[in-house]
Amino acid sequence: MPYTDRQLQLKSIGYRKKILKYITGAGAGHTGGSLSCTDILTVLYNRVLNVSTQTFKSPDRDRYIQSKGHSAEALFVVLADKGFYDEKELETLCHYQSHWVGHPTRHVPGVEHNTGGLGHGLSIGVGTAIAGKKDNKAFRVFVLLGDGELAEGSNWEAAMAASNYKLDNLIAIVDHNTLQISGRTRDVMSNEPLDEKFKAFGWDVAIIDGHDYPLLTETLGTCRTTGKPLAVIANTVKGRGVSFMEDVAKWHHGVPSEKEYAQAMAELDAAFTAAAEAEKNERVEAGAL
Amino acid sequence: MFSPAAKTVAESLGLKMGKANLEVFATTLQSMAELDRDILAVTSDSRGSGKLGPFAQALPDQIVEVGIAEQNLVGVAAGLASAGKKVFAVSPACFLSARALEQIKNDVAYSDNRVNLIGISAGVSYGALGTTHHSLHDVAALRAINNIDIVVPADNHETRAAITLAVDHDKPTFIRFGKAAVYDLYPANAGFDFGKAAVLRDGTDVAFIGTGETVIHCLLAAEHLKQTKGLSCRVISMHTIKPFDVQTVLEAGRECRAVVTAEEHFIFGGLGEACAGALMQAGVMAKLKIVGIPDEYTVTGAQADIYRHYGLSMEGLSTAATALLK
Repeated sequence: MPYTDRQLQLKSIGYRKKILKYITGAGAGHTGGSLSCTDILTVLYNRVLNVSTQTFKSPDRDRYIQSKGHSAEALFVVLADKGFYDEKELETLCHYQSHWVGHPTRHVPGVEHNTGGLGHGLSIGVGTAIAGKKDNKAFRVFVLLGDGELAEGSNWEAAMAASNYKLDNLIAIVDHNTLQISGRTRDVMSNEPLDEKFKAFGWDVAIIDGHDYPLLTETLGTCRTTGKPLAVIANTVKGRGVSFMEDVAKWHHGVPSEKEYAQAMAELDAAFTAAAEAEKNERVEAGAL
Repeated sequence: MFSPAAKTVAESLGLKMGKANLEVFATTLQSMAELDRDILAVTSDSRGSGKLGPFAQALPDQIVEVGIAEQNLVGVAAGLASAGKKVFAVSPACFLSARALEQIKNDVAYSDNRVNLIGISAGVSYGALGTTHHSLHDVAALRAINNIDIVVPADNHETRAAITLAVDHDKPTFIRFGKAAVYDLYPANAGFDFGKAAVLRDGTDVAFIGTGETVIHCLLAAEHLKQTKGLSCRVISMHTIKPFDVQTVLEAGRECRAVVTAEEHFIFGGLGEACAGALMQAGVMAKLKIVGIPDEYTVTGAQADIYRHYGLSMEGLSTAATALLK
């Protein structure tokens, strides 16, 4: 059975709790950015990507490349949920000799590429998408970018090549939380208007709420034959889901104290309870119960 | 490239001038690509510099152009390789190894995407164009990166063999060579393997260990010292800098009275220091001279001028060797 939007919401809240749990346990991690991209990953891995433990080696699988590698914790939690490894592995996050380091590596089952240096993923995505075109494959390539990351010029080399090669099998998702480590992206190095920049580089552009499951599903789930790559500017909130972390730059890589962790968990538990109640009511209304 | 005296010595050895390694690379790649559509050349406006015009004409679907964008060149190559393509990313060594260094480190080596990075016009091939176009750092930079093999072929045979082996090699490679015609150093049907140095001539007085286009000068110096001083010199082509053939270096250090290394590269971090490290860590205290480009503003001129200026010539290497034997 496919997940309902409400069930995805429940999944996302669960992911956020685990992200905070393992970052707090490790004493390190990129909290704000992991929470801002959680819903994007929820939709990708639960509705869009044809990626599973069975298909991960298939040449026909969709590719997910997390160019903003620092949000590794979100990816690690989602991959555990999808059965790529036991969630207990995340207790070793950032520990001596653990594969679960602060950025994705291929030692972690389900990870396509080692990332962490910014401005790398889109070029890799372009190469992969060109290969797909050459081999007449139907797979699609999704690259998650940070908005601060777009200051790296290599992104724009890749953006130029993507439209040159008419890569409508390539989707760049910008986790547009408008914050980076030093503050507002527009104050550090403004990249606005982002949509016009991508359009000028020959891309189709969609601007959506990056926490809206139906919109994410429709935008990311639709196969396209426009002859243009698609940039999805997903407006998100850094630190999403925890009131005192939302839209605050210091939570870029802030680690909660014991008290902050308890407060965050209480908020997420309350959200989960409310969503579970709503989910139950929706099933009653649908006649499933 | 060669003094009249050096040409005379080459003639006395019966050496024949071959093609540029660059041309051999291009024709070798094309002949393999004609049989395997997964072989791709990726270029950064470098198809002309890479002699890949005929390749592009014959196999237009197997060349991917990214424009003047070396970071994207390497990233795209990594993506293609991850999807099963056999990729040769071709760009002047100076830009490829410096501008795209992080892509090489992360997307090729660290992620283990089997890309073959082809550094054309390496060293001081673009001598007269100035330091912007020299790659005298590339071997040192890439030696310090895990999971990439470094190959510097000396002649057409080594180039052909290296490109042929690279297609299905189990690691990413960096293969760098120049664009000038070079002497053929090997008989037909000679062997070649990555990581196994070739002893081109045996001897016990001096061991010349060269890499790339300096090897011919080592061979001429060896013959020159035989003809003029009656010395017996060993000549080793260290075509693979990584993995490094420590055993052949140690044998040279133990069995010869002196060791002279020659490289078209800064004297830091390249062949010479690799030899020094191997010898010292094995307790072999050989007399050693590292001949290469010193830490100074590199002299201007053609490749041949720069070689001569820094002693990468029959005469210069002979002088270095005899100085060690005193």
